[in-house]
Amino acid sequence: MFDKLFSSEVLAEALDIIMTEFPLAVWETLYVTVLSTFFAIVIGLPLGILLVVGEENGILPLPKGLMRILNIVINLLRSVPFLILMILVFPLTRLIIGTVVGTAATIIPLVIASFPFIARLAESSLREIDPNIIEASLSMGATPFQIITKVMIPESVPSLISNATIAITTILGYSAMSGIIGGGGLGKIAINYGYYRYKYLVMFIAVILLILLVQLFQTIGTRLAVRLDRRQKNKKSPE
Amino acid sequence: MIEIRNLTKTFAGADGNIEALKDVSLTINDGDIFGIIGMSGAGKSTLVRCINMLERPSSGSVIIDGTDIGLLSPQELRALRRSITMIFQGIDLLMQRTCLKNVCFPLELTGMKKQEAEKRALELLDTVGLKDKALAYPAQLSGGQQQRVAIARALATEPKILLCDEATSALDPQTTQSILDLIRDINERLGITVIMITHQMSVVESICNSVAILDNGSVVEEGLVSEVFSHPKSDAARRLVFPEGESTDLAFDDENSHIVRVVFNGAKATNTPLITQMALDIGIAANIAYASTRCIGNGVFGTMLLSISGGAEKVGQVIDYLQGTEDVFAEEVDLNV
Repeated sequence: MFDKLFSSEVLAEALDIIMTEFPLAVWETLYVTVLSTFFAIVIGLPLGILLVVGEENGILPLPKGLMRILNIVINLLRSVPFLILMILVFPLTRLIIGTVVGTAATIIPLVIASFPFIARLAESSLREIDPNIIEASLSMGATPFQIITKVMIPESVPSLISNATIAITTILGYSAMSGIIGGGGLGKIAINYGYYRYKYLVMFIAVILLILLVQLFQTIGTRLAVRLDRRQKNKKSPE
Repeated sequence: MIEIRNLTKTFAGADGNIEALKDVSLTINDGDIFGIIGMSGAGKSTLVRCINMLERPSSGSVIIDGTDIGLLSPQELRALRRSITMIFQGIDLLMQRTCLKNVCFPLELTGMKKQEAEKRALELLDTVGLKDKALAYPAQLSGGQQQRVAIARALATEPKILLCDEATSALDPQTTQSILDLIRDINERLGITVIMITHQMSVVESICNSVAILDNGSVVEEGLVSEVFSHPKSDAARRLVFPEGESTDLAFDDENSHIVRVVFNGAKATNTPLITQMALDIGIAANIAYASTRCIGNGVFGTMLLSISGGAEKVGQVIDYLQGTEDVFAEEVDLNV
């Protein structure tokens, strides 16, 4: 299978593909991942907040039935395999984007697949907050909205960023998968050249680029989370 | 004035209901430093949380300056909470905000302008002696410093009542004393009514003027600190005064002996044998019936029970002598109730 991986003609051909197709593919992968993550956070973060504050003992208890429905919907969406979900939401994608193939069209299924995941991640971040801090805020006369915006979210920023990093790397993986049914980017190149046309070198390079992207996101995310965390003792105060 | 009337609070537990508070009635006057003392599980924290309705009582009422606060709307209650602030045992500062921003927080909630809030916060940090830590984050401060920031924050909205829920329990004795001094100072200068929840006798003795002893959800004794602790009537009070249990177990000379309780609050007595010195100075020998003292830093902390034979006159002399020593408090304890 791999015996002709490094012959000179294979190398030349791969180089040609890399020069002509990779810049666009990397760009497509990046923007699909970033945009999908953005929209998934826009939907998922408020849901994660609702999951915490809407509980029976939360600061803004919601009707039990509503909470149950919310939990069921989130679990349901999370249990559908991504590729199946992508096919299932074709009608919605066509409605919003106008087509079901291409780079932009993968954003819809990516957002739908990942916002429930992000809601759960946000939920776990927000649950890390010391309940004493919430009680203290209540004792100072904070409204539920003020507690959410001034206490819960700012206090869990380091954890939220760590979890957003997990989300963006997961979404990057999903976006590569979408190459199978019409998505663009590095995933499409890996499948089209590597799987359908046996050009394994191209596939490997596409995979290596995906790995590098994951590393990049993870490094930025971890650094940001550490830098924004004020809980470390030995950190110098900004003066 | 705070009037607590027939307050009960019942929690639904796994095996039946738990009565945390049983028919509690108390009156706390303006400007008091009122101690509520009891063992853990006595219902102290529940009681204090009923005073600002963080916990809704099952029945009974809390009346503050004539207003039954159980009947307030959520908006009215939030406004009221600015005048009844609270400090807690654990860390409850916002860890991602600087000290200055922490003190600004309650002002921010009221919608005060940023500059105005920061100016006031800086003044308050100055009051608690932490102006230079304004831009530090709570994690960079010691436990005592964090509690000072919490006090500054509690004062930001110019409250009339300050609730302290075991505010010093997590601190070492010396830091405790400095925080207590700060609270007393605030009480005297600003006229704020202070309610101290604690399980430590020393806290009540050093700053409270009145005290209520809570035992198993009920108030078993209430009154001026000097009266309650010198004539402990209830079992709970006797357990607090005689830390090792029943007073009858202690070795006393005879039935006519008087008991004097000596409390050390950081007294610099490590180098001078106080009781021996007393025997030499005024010629009265005391039998140490019970002692539990610890040296921390340069000070002694703890309690001692002295048994003194002879008349009331001698006891008076002993108390005068001991009271004359700095950071030592002495009083006669009535054993035969």
